[in-house]
Amino acid sequence: MNVLAYLIPVALAFGGAGLAMFFWAMRNGQFEDLDGAANRILIDDEEPKE
Amino acid sequence: MTTLSLPDEIDHVGLTDSRFTVPGIRCAGCIAKIERGLQEVDGVDAARVNFSAKRVAVRHDRSLDAETLVAALGRLGFEAQSAATNPLGQDDIESRTLLRAVAVAGFGMMNIMLLSVSVWSGAGGVTRELFHWLSALIGLPVVAYAGRPFFSSAVMALRHRRTNMDVPISIGVLLATGLSVYETATGGEHAYFDSAVMLLFFLLVGRALDSTMRNKTRAGIGSLLSRMGKSARVVAPDGSTKSVAAEDLSPGMLMLVAAGEALAADGVIEEGRSSIDNAMLTGESIPQAVGFGDAVHAGAINMGDPIRVRVTAASSDTVIAEIARLMDEAGQSRSYYVRIADRASRLYAPTVHTLALLAFGGWMIAGVGLHQSLVIAIAVLIITCPCAMGLAVPAAHVVASGVLARRGLLVKDGSALERLAEVDIALFDKTGTLTIGEPVPEIRHLSRERKSIALALAQSSRHPLSRGLARALEAEGVTPAVVCSLSETGGTGICGSWGVTRVALERTEILGGGLSSTLRIGKDRVDIQFLDPMRPDVVETLHALKTCGIDSRILSGDRQMSVNALARELGITSAAEMRPEAKLTLLYALGKEGHRPLMVGDGINDGPALAAAHASIAPSSASDVSQQAADAVFLGRGLMPVALAVEVARRTMRIVRQNFGFAIAYNVVAVPLAIAGLLTPLIAAIAMSLSSLVVVGNSLRLARDTKHQPT
Repeated sequence: MNVLAYLIPVALAFGGAGLAMFFWAMRNGQFEDLDGAANRILIDDEEPKE
Repeated sequence: MTTLSLPDEIDHVGLTDSRFTVPGIRCAGCIAKIERGLQEVDGVDAARVNFSAKRVAVRHDRSLDAETLVAALGRLGFEAQSAATNPLGQDDIESRTLLRAVAVAGFGMMNIMLLSVSVWSGAGGVTRELFHWLSALIGLPVVAYAGRPFFSSAVMALRHRRTNMDVPISIGVLLATGLSVYETATGGEHAYFDSAVMLLFFLLVGRALDSTMRNKTRAGIGSLLSRMGKSARVVAPDGSTKSVAAEDLSPGMLMLVAAGEALAADGVIEEGRSSIDNAMLTGESIPQAVGFGDAVHAGAINMGDPIRVRVTAASSDTVIAEIARLMDEAGQSRSYYVRIADRASRLYAPTVHTLALLAFGGWMIAGVGLHQSLVIAIAVLIITCPCAMGLAVPAAHVVASGVLARRGLLVKDGSALERLAEVDIALFDKTGTLTIGEPVPEIRHLSRERKSIALALAQSSRHPLSRGLARALEAEGVTPAVVCSLSETGGTGICGSWGVTRVALERTEILGGGLSSTLRIGKDRVDIQFLDPMRPDVVETLHALKTCGIDSRILSGDRQMSVNALARELGITSAAEMRPEAKLTLLYALGKEGHRPLMVGDGINDGPALAAAHASIAPSSASDVSQQAADAVFLGRGLMPVALAVEVARRTMRIVRQNFGFAIAYNVVAVPLAIAGLLTPLIAAIAMSLSSLVVVGNSLRLARDTKHQPT
């Protein structure tokens, strides 16, 4: 049963890390413009030569 | 690529942030064009487009003002409006809080389940106690955090001596948590942290879905009065002028209105001739020629020469302020509409409380002891907890609004879908709604050379006819000729020189022939006729509405003759020359007769009617005000989304009723079992989750059915 002493904290730490990541992403505005991200992939980095 | 995170205070370098609403952002090309174009403007540090909200955030030098940036966006081909500085509306904050709560509840649920599974599979003694303590350690903060939306709403309801869905939820969760803490502390066999947290998670998912959908289309819509001129130059008796804020204007003052300025008050022209763009009030996109003695209204834009206007009504007395007030009042009546979920909960919550209380009292009398009675009461509360009920409506609405969004119709909130499903008569505005609302020129008779000269002239003018002409020519792939020394005279036209020849695009002199411009090349003249064509699928749409049992009518502020002609062509009844108040009166009259009218319109003059109708839809080309007043906005040139909206809304309500039916059937079966004490809180929580899944699955059928439908 000693293994629990490691596993439970590890499980909690992973879960907590996921949660922290989600909070960070939200505060950082990652979910502000979901449709925009899908469209930005289509923008050429270079302006096409006219 | 520009990246821009936007802290709110960045004083140190003399930069500031401004936000603009740009409804015309439609594709990746628009994003690139705006971001690159703005970067080339002097003083702009960075620009970032938010595609979902149709907004642009610009970080720029303090010396640059909003008008300059709006003008810069205009040159890029996008109509923009300065938006409020606070980027987060109230709704946005609410949905963020919900999302955070979902994340926390999800985290808690997974970890507690992990521990619970081993307890159920027979862990005993010290291990079980340890796991219970760990569950408590995770569960208590999670319940405290994720439960807040429910607790605060329940407290609010109780404070007003009412009860809502959140009251049984809060009681159930708090009781289950409290009992679990007691069990844990006394080394008991069962703890119910898992049930409590799981319940919160599922309920929060429903709430978050609902709130996300509501925010989606509400974002980025400006307000009515922002269009009105904010200040005016007032001429003093001695001839000097000074700037006066719009709210300080009073009747009798003489305003000097320069070209391109918006009027800040209603008035009568004392001096000068010009043309004004009245699109705000009438929805008519063609400028109207005005001269001495003509009445002009706040919000209209002076397109031509400077004029002097004697103020007759200012600030809150102006026609536009009146429309704003009408809209506000009309919108109020709609808020009395009670959503189906709330109607259900009115009956539901008291029933649930009574049942749980009866179960508790009954078992106490039967003598099973306080603890057992409490467990049973909690099981009753959890099993009847309106999870399936709570999801019945939002799940169907989210799927339906997704389906509609793909077909070019954005629905603002769930109650709009409910109301759309109930409409039985459709009222259409003419210009901009049944017609496309932008002048389309007849250009077949023009030679190549003429086309390229016309384009060179048209593209440097902001007159609606010129813009329509430029658009049509560009679409044909015409390249503009080299025309120099261009100059535009308001009310007359634009002229320049093509080589040594004088060329001009000007107003056609013969009146009464509809809309047209004259292209002059040297001595050679040719007229270009403009039409405002009907949307391509109007007939089909009206037919589709008819098959849904909905009659259509035209309700227009336009002239009798043109409205009648269109009505005859479409074979529907019409009412013309309707002022905003008249449209309202007609809507109320229809309401009194027991009809539930659907209003489809675009102009600001339709605003009050849009707000007052049982449900309303505006095209995306409509003024911001109308888009704000309407329940839904449709994109593109077709009118079909309107018929589709009604159809999908009706199917959605069918699904919602099925969901409710299922939820009720589930309760009828499960509640007696729970009262009989056959279910533990854990089984109750699992049953409840399963019922939620059934409801979500049923709602997803909406997407599938619609996909199979021929378009």
